[in-house]
Amino acid sequence: MTATIEKKRAPFPIAFYRSAVGKKWVMALTGIGLILFVVAHMVGNWKIFFPDVDGIPEIDLYAEALRSLLFPLVPEHIVLWILRTGLIAIFLLHIHAAYSLTLMNRRARTERYEGPRTYVAANYASRTMRWSGTIFGFFVLFHLADLTWGAQPAAPATWEHGEVYANFIATFSRAPVTLFYVISMGLLGIHLYHGAWSMFQSLGLNHPRFNAWRKGFAVSLAVFVFVGNAIMPLAVLFGFVA
Amino acid sequence: MSLALDSKVPAGPIADKWENHKFNVRLVNPANKRKFRIIIVGSGLAGASAASTLGELGYEVDLFTFHDTPRRAHSIAAQGGINAAKNYHNDGDSVYRLFYDTVKGGDFRSREANVHRLAEVSLNIIDQATAQGVPFAREYGGLLDNRSFGGAQVSRTFYARGATGQQLLLGAYSALMRQVETGKVKLHTRSEMLDIVTKDGRAVGVVVRDLVDGTVSSHSAHAVVLATGGYSNVFYLSTNAMASNVTAAWRAHRRGAAFANPCFTQIHPTCIPASDEFQSKLTLMSESLRNDGRIWVPKNPDETRTAGQIPQEDRDYYLERIYPAFGNLVPRDVASRASKRMVDSGRGVGPLKNGVYLDFASAIDRDGRPAIEDRYSNLFEMYNRITDEDPYSEPMRIYPAPHYTMGGLWVDYNLMTTVPGLYAIGEANFSDHGANRLGASALMQGLADGYFVLPYTIGDYLADYLNTDPVPADDPAFTEVERDVSDRVNGYLSANGTRSVDWFHKELGKIMLDQCGMSRSEPGLQKALSDIPALHEEFRSDIRVLGSGESLNQSLERAQRVDDFFELAQAMCVDALDREESCGGHFREEHQTDEGEALRDDENHSYVSAWEWTGDAGAPELNKESLEFEYVHLTTRSYK
Amino acid sequence: MKVNLQVWRQEGPEAAGAFKTYEVDKISEEMSFLEMLDILNEQLVNKGEEPIAFDHDCREGICGTCGVMINGQPHGPQLGTATCQLHMRKFDDGATLVVEPWRATGFPLVRDLIVDRSAFDRIIEGGGYISVDTGSAPDANLTPIPKMVADTAFDAAACIGCGACVAACPNGAANLFTAAKISHLNLLPQGQAERWSRTENMVEIMEEYFGSCTNHGECEKACPKSISIDFIAMMNSDYVKAKFKNRRLVAQS
Repeated sequence: MTATIEKKRAPFPIAFYRSAVGKKWVMALTGIGLILFVVAHMVGNWKIFFPDVDGIPEIDLYAEALRSLLFPLVPEHIVLWILRTGLIAIFLLHIHAAYSLTLMNRRARTERYEGPRTYVAANYASRTMRWSGTIFGFFVLFHLADLTWGAQPAAPATWEHGEVYANFIATFSRAPVTLFYVISMGLLGIHLYHGAWSMFQSLGLNHPRFNAWRKGFAVSLAVFVFVGNAIMPLAVLFGFVA
Repeated sequence: MSLALDSKVPAGPIADKWENHKFNVRLVNPANKRKFRIIIVGSGLAGASAASTLGELGYEVDLFTFHDTPRRAHSIAAQGGINAAKNYHNDGDSVYRLFYDTVKGGDFRSREANVHRLAEVSLNIIDQATAQGVPFAREYGGLLDNRSFGGAQVSRTFYARGATGQQLLLGAYSALMRQVETGKVKLHTRSEMLDIVTKDGRAVGVVVRDLVDGTVSSHSAHAVVLATGGYSNVFYLSTNAMASNVTAAWRAHRRGAAFANPCFTQIHPTCIPASDEFQSKLTLMSESLRNDGRIWVPKNPDETRTAGQIPQEDRDYYLERIYPAFGNLVPRDVASRASKRMVDSGRGVGPLKNGVYLDFASAIDRDGRPAIEDRYSNLFEMYNRITDEDPYSEPMRIYPAPHYTMGGLWVDYNLMTTVPGLYAIGEANFSDHGANRLGASALMQGLADGYFVLPYTIGDYLADYLNTDPVPADDPAFTEVERDVSDRVNGYLSANGTRSVDWFHKELGKIMLDQCGMSRSEPGLQKALSDIPALHEEFRSDIRVLGSGESLNQSLERAQRVDDFFELAQAMCVDALDREESCGGHFREEHQTDEGEALRDDENHSYVSAWEWTGDAGAPELNKESLEFEYVHLTTRSYK
Repeated sequence: MKVNLQVWRQEGPEAAGAFKTYEVDKISEEMSFLEMLDILNEQLVNKGEEPIAFDHDCREGICGTCGVMINGQPHGPQLGTATCQLHMRKFDDGATLVVEPWRATGFPLVRDLIVDRSAFDRIIEGGGYISVDTGSAPDANLTPIPKMVADTAFDAAACIGCGACVAACPNGAANLFTAAKISHLNLLPQGQAERWSRTENMVEIMEEYFGSCTNHGECEKACPKSISIDFIAMMNSDYVKAKFKNRRLVAQS
C-alpha cells in the first residue's frame, strides 16, 4: 500500500487532477463557473428589452460599462480581460477534463456490446453530453465570430464594433441564424439538464433531505437558460424587438 | 480397527482444557514462522479466516479456491446468524449454556471438549467480526441486537439482516485480501485441488488443476489445511451451491484420512419446496423466520380452500401442538421430520402437496408490517422472486431440504486428520455438531476453527519441522499423483458415452434422497448399496464429457466431483446401516418411539464412526472413537 | 413456453466470438433463467455440441458468481435481481433473448459468457478492509453505533461483487462497486483510522482498470442489491477530503 502511495506522489493539484474523480471535480467546479457565466450573460442581455437611455440602447451602455469595469481604479479593459481569461481557462479545463475522461472511458470498454443495449436510468441527455458539449463549443465559436469579432460571414454585413443593439438586430433578422441559436440553446439546456444534476454527485453533495431537489434544480435551470436565451433571437425575428 | 484414534483431548476440567492446551502446545517463534509454508484449500469462513490469521502470524500461505474470487465461497449464503454466548441480553446465557445446548442439540454424538472450546471462542468471534466492520444488526441505542434460534431458549444469535454469512465472509475475505496485499498469502483462484500428496505418511502438498487452461501442477508445503465445506450435493437437490463438492475431503480420505460419521447429514426444515423436475437446487429460507412464522397444515388432507380461507379451527399448528415448550423453535431435525410426517400423511400444501405453511399473519398483527419488514424483508423478497407469491399476504410454503453435513474428515482436538500434517476445518471436519447442528452454529464453527483454533494448534505439528524444507514439488511423490490426476481427467474425456454428468448426478441424488435422506431403513440402504455401484459403473463407461482438458470445461469439473460423490454415497449408506439407532439427523425407521420420535442407543452407539479407506468404496473399515459425556448427561432430547 | 436464444459463443480470449441461435422448447414459467440454460446445455451435450460456459454457483442471488447481459441489460429485465433469481415467467412465450457476457476492458473474457473479474480483488486489496489482527479486537459492544449508521453501512456492504455495475455503465466504470466498499467501511467508527488512505488507494487502483463515472445512474438500476449511487457521491466527497486532509491531525476532527 505504501509503495503505491509513494509512486504516485505528485504536487497536490496535479495528483488530484490525474485521477478521474479529481477530473470530475474539475468538471463540476468549472461547470458551476460556466453556469454562472451563462446566467449572468443571459440576464445582462435581457437589456435589449429595455428602452433607450438618452437615445442610446441600454445594452450598449451595459457593454461599455463592462469594458470600463472598475475604471478609473484600473485601466479600461483590464478587469474585463481578467474575467475573460478566467472564463477561457475554465472553459478549456472543462473541455480538457471531458476529453481525457472520454479517452479513459473508451479504453475501459474496448469491446463494445454486440447486441442491443437497453438503458434504464441513462437518458438521452446523459449519453450525449460529449456531443451536446462539442456542438455547443462550435456554437460558441460562431457566436464570438458573429457578435464579438464581427467576422464574416458569421457576422451580419452591417456589423460595427460597440453597436451591440444594432448588431443584435441585424444578426437575428436572419432566420437561419436565429434557428441555429435556438437549436444551440436547446442543446445547452439538454447539457445542463444532466450536468447540473451530475455536478452534485461529482462534488459529493449528497443529503437525503435535499437529494430530491437536485433533479428539480437541474430541470429548472435547463428550462430557465433555454427559455431565457431563446426568447431574445426569437423576439428579434418575430419583430417584437426592432 | 487399524487406526489409533487419539483425540488428544487435554486432561483437566472442561472449562480449563483449552486454556491449558494453548499453554502446553509447542509454539513457533515469530522469526521462524516465515520459514513455514502452509497450503489452505477453500476460501470460505474457515479457509479465509485461517489464511488471514496465519498470514498475520507470519506464515507463508498459499490459498487455493476453484472460484474466481475467494468471496464466492458458499459460506456467503448463510442467512440467519451466528451464535455467541455474550449474554448481552441478560437472559441467562453463558459459555456453559451454549456448550450444553450444542451437545444436546447434537444429540450427544459430539466431543464435549471440542464443543466447549467452540463456545468459549464464540465470544472472540463477535468481537473480531465487529472490529472488521461486519455490520451486525443494532438496536436504537447502538448496541448489538440478538435474536433467538431453533434449539435454544435464550437470544444469542447475532445477525446482519438475512445475510449474516455474506457479511461475515466478506469480513474474513477483507482480512484475507489484506494479507494478499502484504504478500503473506498467495491467492490461487480458479484452481481446484484434485489430490493430496503424502510422503512417509505425512501430507506434503497438493495437486491442483487450473480450471482456465487445464494445467495440472504440484504445490508443496509443511502442512495442508482443507477448508472445503460439506457434501450435501451428494443429494443433487440441496441448498448448497452448485459447485460445492466432496472431492478434496474424499481424495484426502483415499490417501489415508479417516472419514467420520458420513451419515450425519442435516435436512433444513425451511426451504422452498421443489416446483418441478428441472429444479437445479433448493433455496433455503432462514430458520430465523420460525421466530415469527407459525407452521401449520390443514387438518383435512382433502382441503381445497386457499390458506387464507381456512379458519383457525381447521388448521393444525403441529409444532406448537406437539412441542409446546419450544413450539416453532424446535431443532432442525425435529422440525424437519415433523414436516415430513405431515406431508406423508397427505396434508401437504401447494400445487404438488409437498410443503407446509409458514404463516406470518399473527406476527404482522402483533408487531405490525414495518417490524416484520425490518427483520425479514430481503428473505420475503427472495421468496417472492422465486415463487411469485407475496408472503405478507399469504403464508410461505416450505419443506425440508439437505443443507449441511455434520460428518466429515475425522480430526483430533488439534483439528488434524489421521494423516499427520493434514488438517480439516469448518464443515469439512466432523467435530463439533454431533448428529445435528443447531442453527447459527455453522458460521460460529467455521470462524472458530479458522481464527482461533487452527492458528494455535498447527504450531504444535510444525515445530518438529523447523529448518526443514518442504518436499520439493518435483519429488516422485508429486509426479506420481500428478499422473493419477491427469489420467483421471483424461478418463472422463475419453469415455465417449451417451449421458451427461448431470443426468448421473440426478440419478444418484434420487437414490440418496429416497434411501439415505430424512429417514433410512435397512432394506432401503441395502438397495442403495447395490444400486449405487451399478450406477457408478455405468457412469464410468457411459459418461459424455465434450470439449478438451486444456481449456475451461465445466462438464469436466463436474464429472470429477460427481465421480467422488458416488464413492462417498456408499460410505454414507454403510455408515447409516452400521448406526443401528436414530439420532439427530440420522433417523432409522427401525429405531423410533411409538410417537415417531428418534430413539437413540447410547449403550451401543455412543461413538464416532471413523471410516478408513480400503480400496473398495462399499466396504470401508470401521474405527470407533468412543464418546464420554462427563458434563452433559445423556438424556433423551425432549423439546416438549 | 418456448424461447429463442442468441448466445455469445467464444472459445477463449483470443478466439473470434459470435452469436449462435438456439431454440429452447417446453420450458416452464417456474424455471429460473439459469435452469433454462441448464436444459439447453443438456440438449447440446446430447447433440454432441459443447455446452455453453457460464458462471454460477449459489443460485440464491448472494454469491455474485452469475451474471450475463440479457437483452442489453445486466441480469435481465427484473430490477434488483441477479441472473440466477430471474425466472422465465418474466418473459413472453416465444420471446427472443440476446445473451452476452459482461464487456469491459477490466473484465477480460475467459470463455463464452464467463469473464475474469479479478480486478475487483485488486481494488479490495488496496484498502477494502479494516486492519485488525485476529485476537486484537475489543469487546463488540464497546463502541455503540447508531442503528441508522449500521443500517446504511449494511446497505453498502450488501454488494455481491457480481460486476453488473461495470457491465451496465456506458463508461465501463466500477465506481458503484468501489464506493460501496469504501462507504461501508468509512461509515463505521472502526473504519476511521484508515479512512483517507483507503479512499485514496482504492479509487486510484479502480481507475487503473475501469472507466470514469459520468453519473448516468445505470449501475444502480443494474445492481441486484439496488445499491444507491448516493454512495458514489460519498466516495467523491471523501476522495477530495483524502487529498486535502492533514493526516497528522485527523484524530482531532
